[in-house]
Amino acid sequence: MRKMTKGFASALALTAGLSSAAMAEDVEVLHWWTAGGEAAALNVLKEDLAKQGIGWIDMPVAGGGGEAAMTALSARVTAGDAPTAVQMLGFDITDWAEQGVLGNLDAVAGPEGWDQVIPEALQAFSKHDGHWIAAPVNVHSTNWVWISKAALDKTGLAAPTNWEELIAVLDKMQENGITPLAHGGQPWQDATIFDSLVLAQGSDFYKAAFIDLDPEALGGEKMAAAFDQLLKLRTYVDSNFSGRDWNLASAMVINGEAGMQIMGDWAKGEFLKAGQKPGEGFICIRFPGTQGAVTFNADQFAMFNVKGEEKVKAQLAMASAIESPAFQSAFNVVKGSVPARTDVPDTDFDDCGKKGIKDLAEANTNGTLYGSMAHGYGAPAAVKNATFDVITAAFNGEYSDGATAAAALKDAVAAAQ
Amino acid sequence: MAALPEADFRTKLQDWLPKLVLAPSVAVTLFFVYGFILFTVVLSFTSSKMLPSWDFVGFSNYVRLFSLPHWHVALKNIAIFATLYIVICTAIGLMLAIFLDQKIRGEGVLRPIYLYPMALSFIVTGTAWKWFLDPGIGLENVMHQWGWESFSFTWIKSNTMAIYTIVLAAVWQSSGFVMAMFLAGLRGIDNEVLKAAQIDGASNWQLYRRIVIPLLRPAFLSAFVILAHLAIKSYDLVIALTGGGPGRATEMPATFMYSYTFTRKEMGVGASSAVIMLMTIAAIMVPYLYSELKEKKE
Amino acid sequence: MSVAAQDTAVSTGRITRAFIYLILLLFALFYLLPLYVMGVNSVKPLSEITGGNMMALPKEWTLDPWRSAWSTAQIGVNPTGLKPYFLTSILMVVPAVAISTMLGAINGYILTKWRFKGDTIIFGLMLFSCFIPFQIVLIPMARVLGMLGMAGSIQGLILVHVVYGLGFSTLYFRNYYAAFPTELVRAAQIDGAGFFRIFWRIMLPVSGPIAVVCVIWQFTNIWNDFLFGASFGGTTQPMTVALNNLVQSSTGVKEYNVHFAAAILAAIPTLIVYIVAGRYFVRGLMAGSVKG
Repeated sequence: MRKMTKGFASALALTAGLSSAAMAEDVEVLHWWTAGGEAAALNVLKEDLAKQGIGWIDMPVAGGGGEAAMTALSARVTAGDAPTAVQMLGFDITDWAEQGVLGNLDAVAGPEGWDQVIPEALQAFSKHDGHWIAAPVNVHSTNWVWISKAALDKTGLAAPTNWEELIAVLDKMQENGITPLAHGGQPWQDATIFDSLVLAQGSDFYKAAFIDLDPEALGGEKMAAAFDQLLKLRTYVDSNFSGRDWNLASAMVINGEAGMQIMGDWAKGEFLKAGQKPGEGFICIRFPGTQGAVTFNADQFAMFNVKGEEKVKAQLAMASAIESPAFQSAFNVVKGSVPARTDVPDTDFDDCGKKGIKDLAEANTNGTLYGSMAHGYGAPAAVKNATFDVITAAFNGEYSDGATAAAALKDAVAAAQ
Repeated sequence: MAALPEADFRTKLQDWLPKLVLAPSVAVTLFFVYGFILFTVVLSFTSSKMLPSWDFVGFSNYVRLFSLPHWHVALKNIAIFATLYIVICTAIGLMLAIFLDQKIRGEGVLRPIYLYPMALSFIVTGTAWKWFLDPGIGLENVMHQWGWESFSFTWIKSNTMAIYTIVLAAVWQSSGFVMAMFLAGLRGIDNEVLKAAQIDGASNWQLYRRIVIPLLRPAFLSAFVILAHLAIKSYDLVIALTGGGPGRATEMPATFMYSYTFTRKEMGVGASSAVIMLMTIAAIMVPYLYSELKEKKE
Repeated sequence: MSVAAQDTAVSTGRITRAFIYLILLLFALFYLLPLYVMGVNSVKPLSEITGGNMMALPKEWTLDPWRSAWSTAQIGVNPTGLKPYFLTSILMVVPAVAISTMLGAINGYILTKWRFKGDTIIFGLMLFSCFIPFQIVLIPMARVLGMLGMAGSIQGLILVHVVYGLGFSTLYFRNYYAAFPTELVRAAQIDGAGFFRIFWRIMLPVSGPIAVVCVIWQFTNIWNDFLFGASFGGTTQPMTVALNNLVQSSTGVKEYNVHFAAAILAAIPTLIVYIVAGRYFVRGLMAGSVKG
């Protein structure tokens, strides 16, 4: 038996040796863009690097918007074997930076002038103690509404610009016999809607409640009003909403079963894939009452400490390739998001993409660009999930009114801090 | 004379050899299981967030744990789930085994059909089940399309009923396995005993109730160990089917532990929930293992 | 065993038999349903799935989803399908199953035939280890693998699976060997056979049935494991991680037909093991593990 195990072990050592015999110039990338178009889009980056002689060792881990990938990352860092670059969101980056395990990108960020072209609200996450630690790939904004053009035309109303108009459109759609609001009952989707509702209460209020976590804002009247609106929106979804994936909700709008969906700009890909065009098959608007402000969710590649000059060089080359305007444009056209730098030309983007780029630049100038709570850019994980708990409970009818929910939110956030 | 000490040495070696061979397995178990349990216990008294830290905070993680409504939901759910799952799997498994044991034609085809779900992981079957249970695309929709308009099956969308859909899928997965265990038990029973009882005029019902089922006691116990093990580790199942929803209505200790340790970065709270779980498992399993192992000594 | 393998001597009436067949068939339908749903939807074009009847047969049959799942679907940045991941899984599963089964056999042999003071406690400890929730071992295990230099390798995964498979494999073999007459072992000892000789010559040759049970159990659990594979696999990821990557992409278009084809492909090895070894499975259970 001993002989047998030994044989196995050596056979394995051989194969493992083959697969991990990395060249010094390889980058190892942990991410959750694991399938379909977004994975293909990432391939553009891989090929850019290949041209510079840098190999790409892929470690994709899907599941729960990066949750499984973060678990795998914890295991790898604990094992002392961190990857070169890891796709990461918001406070996860900050948390890892505080562990002192992230690298330093100043060598490329300085000369390439990242400070000038990347929105400051993003820099808050891409930099730690004044040093660049992560390279942002894109900016998704979450306060969008995707409306079926046919369903809207049938109501005879214009695209809504405030809460009252939105309700009027929803009511009319209901009369027309379709589900007014397509929605999937998963905590992050409930929270995505709620982000917009809070933002519509005023961008200062959003900042006070979801960025500064001010207890008075969290438990106050405006929060109660936002929860009351959430309960109102709840009445426009079909009875079958819970657990539905977001893309199936998009499909309902595409098929004409439903009137609209409140979702981030990744939803656009579903419409395009179904052969619809912005302005023809569907319309994209900012959530009523939030035009001028943007809640964002940005994918970034956080760079970990790697040993060896060659490895550092490869890592820096990767960071530089990510921020190249050509890649930013090519990747984001496919992904549905907008470039993380504000100086990329919008020529290749469709109308919704152009609007997204313009809105982002405007919000950046006006200081109304905020991290999305629903996507980990508002507050750290413990707080984020505590707000999810309350929002989801509210959406599922556990609180009698908005004021009770707001009080519960205040308590939950306090307990999680 | 010279051979004697050598023989002595050889006997000694023969005495020690079994223990030496067993030692690595024991060492590995002590380290990787009990060492890690100890590690978790220690962790549960620290303020660990994303990664372990050694800042001791007493029982505050436990206080926080029991103040969380989710944890109570998770405990209630595992109680409902484990009870129903074990009872129903045992009942179905026993029934199918008894039926299959009646000189059934096609047993060779039926048996693998009953068994195969155990071979699939829920990463694989989760989507199929989710569809099937979803009123919009699944069973309800199909029934409507087939003309049964009033048919309604919306458990998975209901806060109170969703936990039962998890029971349903879990029973689908493992009841065939339990069937195999009982079938093996039945095939091991000496037919002479049954014939004698039949001659005494016992009805089939009496035969099974009085003679066969008591003889299956060992199979019941093995089934219990395996089902309890699967019930406690039911993580994939919940994630695939409901993701813990609607709302948080189907949260279980396994999903709770994972989400607090990794997603929510409250490792201390996650560890304390793991300790509570282990203590509960120990409270149930240790007396059982004790009685089982003691009996075997006879 | 030939006697034991017979069906029951209980006889039943015609109506009862009809009822029994009905129940058995209904349950067969229940067990087959998800497989049917997966199978039938894996040969439909995507447009027929979204908005169609889940149970209906395809109007247009296609094998493209299967081809895509096997060799061209995008998994991570590489459009390779599931094909390359099979090798990793097999390189992991085969040694892990072989080692844990062998260790289980020898442990079972020692715990029943070379008993010593405290052996029951040791067995109890090993058995209870089956119940450890895997979530809690991730972080310390990662540390240990890192220190051993096995992080992100197949060897590391094999080690993990062997360690956490030991409890069940020891349980199976111990219960099986407990029923084996100890007198035969003693007699062999008197004839001068040593510890290993008895194991090789006497115990192993009769261990076929329980080895089948143990192999099926370990194979299923290890092949289907996701948590360890995702956490410790590094860049050598097993099948389940690839499958999960394919079906769980968070913000991409979901190609359900490809997902189902991939799901069935990923399950084929375990299905084969069940179907081929299935007939020995009941026999193996019968021969040992259910005798308390």
